Amino acid sequence: MIEGVLVEGLVYGILALGVFISFRVLDFPDLTVEGSFPFGAAVGGALIVARVPPPLALGAAFLAGALAGAATSAVYHGLRVPPLLAGIVTMTGLYSVDLRVLGGKANLPLIAHNPVMRAAESWLGGGLDSSIQAFLAFLVVTGVLVLLLDLFFHTEAGIALGALGDNETSVVSAGVDPVRLRSVGICLSNGLAGLSGAFAASYQGFADANFGAGIVAAGLASVMIGEFLFRTNRIGGQLARVLLGSVLFRGIMYAGRSWGYLAGITPNDLRLLTAVLIVGSIAASRYKGGTRPGRSRA
Amino acid sequence: MIRLESVEVVFGRGGPDERRVLDRLTLAVPRGQYVSVIGSNGAGKTTLLNAVAGSVPLAAGRILIDGADQSRLPEWKRARYVGRVRQDPLAGTAGDMTVLDNLALASRKGPRRLRLAVPSRLRRELQDRLAELGMGLEDRLRENVNRLSGGQRQALTLLMASISRPSVLLLDEHTAALDPRNAELVSGLTRRFVAEYGLTALAVTHDMRRAIDEGDRLVMMHEGTVVADVSGDAKKSLTVERLVDLFRRTRGGDYAEDRDLLT
Repeated sequence: MIEGVLVEGLVYGILALGVFISFRVLDFPDLTVEGSFPFGAAVGGALIVARVPPPLALGAAFLAGALAGAATSAVYHGLRVPPLLAGIVTMTGLYSVDLRVLGGKANLPLIAHNPVMRAAESWLGGGLDSSIQAFLAFLVVTGVLVLLLDLFFHTEAGIALGALGDNETSVVSAGVDPVRLRSVGICLSNGLAGLSGAFAASYQGFADANFGAGIVAAGLASVMIGEFLFRTNRIGGQLARVLLGSVLFRGIMYAGRSWGYLAGITPNDLRLLTAVLIVGSIAASRYKGGTRPGRSRA
Repeated sequence: MIRLESVEVVFGRGGPDERRVLDRLTLAVPRGQYVSVIGSNGAGKTTLLNAVAGSVPLAAGRILIDGADQSRLPEWKRARYVGRVRQDPLAGTAGDMTVLDNLALASRKGPRRLRLAVPSRLRRELQDRLAELGMGLEDRLRENVNRLSGGQRQALTLLMASISRPSVLLLDEHTAALDPRNAELVSGLTRRFVAEYGLTALAVTHDMRRAIDEGDRLVMMHEGTVVADVSGDAKKSLTVERLVDLFRRTRGGDYAEDRDLLT
C-alpha cells in the first residue's frame, strides 16, 4: 500500500509547507496549525457534506485556516505575547469552533459523498490503479502549490517575507510595516494548514476535531527530514524538499506501523518515534556542520 | 534637508533612573551636507540618530525632513526618507538571503507589491551598482550575504542604505568594526555615494581624526546637546589638538577621564 503512503505524504506535505513558512521563513514558532488544520478539515468536510462544490469547499478551508492565523497574529501583535502563547490560545479556542462546525459531534464521515477522492482516483480516466491515479493527482496539486509559492517568494512581498524572519531591521529600513507583513505570512502558513486539513479529511474519509493532535510535530519532522536530504539556498528547492520530507516521514511512520513489531514498536509508540526523528534530524544537521540547521533560503 | 527643533529624548521617564539623553537639541542640516558628529560616551550621538530614524520616541520638540514634520511617524514609515548604516556589519542585511535579494529589497522603499522582485532590467542595474563597490560582489549575486566578509557586508549595507537616495543618510560609527583597510574602503565609498547621490549625511564617530578629515561640518555633542559646530574654513584648519582644547572648555576641565577617547 505504498501509494497510500505517497498520497498521505503529499496531503500532509501541504501542512508541512505551512509549518516551513512559519517556523523557517518567518522564524515564528506557530502552534496555530494544530488548530487551523482540523478547522480546515471541519469547514471543508461540512461544506462537502452540504454538497458545496469541492473547489469552493477547499477554498473555504484555506480561508478558514488563514482566519485562524489572523486570530493568532492579532493576539501576538495586539498583546505582545510570545508566539507560542498566541498559537496556543487560538488552537484551544478553535477546538470548540470545530465541534460546532461539525454539527456538535467530534467526527463527520465523508464516506457516502467524497467527491475530492473520487475525482483524484479517476482523473486519468480509470486506466490505472485508483490509488496510483490519486497519487498522480495529488502530485499535480502539490506541485502546482509549490510552483505558486516559489513564484510568490520571488515577488517583492515574498522577498520581504523572507527577510523579515531573518533580520527585521532590513525590512523596516525598506519602508515596510513589519506587523502587516508578518500577519500576511502567518495567514498564508495557516491557510495552507487549513487546505491540508480539508484534503486530509477527504483522504481519511472523515473530518475529526482531533485531527490536529501532534500535527505540528509531524510537520516539523517533515521539514527537518527534508532539510537533511540536500542543501540549497534556493526557495524552490527548499519547498520541494519539504514535500519530499513529508513523504519520507509518512513512509517512516508506515514502516513503524507495519514492521515496527519486529523491533517491538507498536502504533502507540509512533509519537515517540516522531519526537526521536525531530531530535535526530536536528542532531544530524548540527553534526554535518555549517550554519544553523535549515536556515538558508533564497 | 533635515531640521531638529528643541528635540528631547528621555529614558526611563518618571522612574528613579530618568535620564535626559537629548536635551533641547537644535540642528539644521541643509541638503547635500555631510556632518560628522563627535562626542564622548553617553553624549547622545546614537540617540540623535535614533531620534531622526524614529527608533526612539521624542519627549518634546520635532524633526522635519524636507520641510515636513516626521516626528510622529513610526520607524518603518520614516524609513522612506532615511537610510542607515550601523556599526555592526550584520545589522542591516538579511544574512540568509542572497546579495541580489538584499539589494532588491532595499532598492525601493514602501509597501511590497505582488510583482517580480528582480526583473532582468533591475538585476542589470543592481549588478552595475555592485560593480561600483569594486569588491567583485557583482559576480556573487546568488550567494548568501553571510558568506561575505565584514567589509564587503558593510559596503553592501552602505549601498543598500544609499541606493534609494534617501533624504538623510545616518551613519553610526559604520567603519569602527572594520579593519583599517576595509574602514578606509568603506569611508571612500561613503564619500562617493554622498557626492554622487547628493545625500545629506549625519555621521557619528569616535574618531576625531576622521571627523576632522571627513565631511563639510563637524558637530560636537555633550550631555545631549550640541556644544560646538564648526564648518567651512574653520573646519579646514581644525586639528586634533584644537578639538581637544574645544572639548576641554565645554566640559569645564574634567577632561582627564576622556583622555583615551580623544586620541
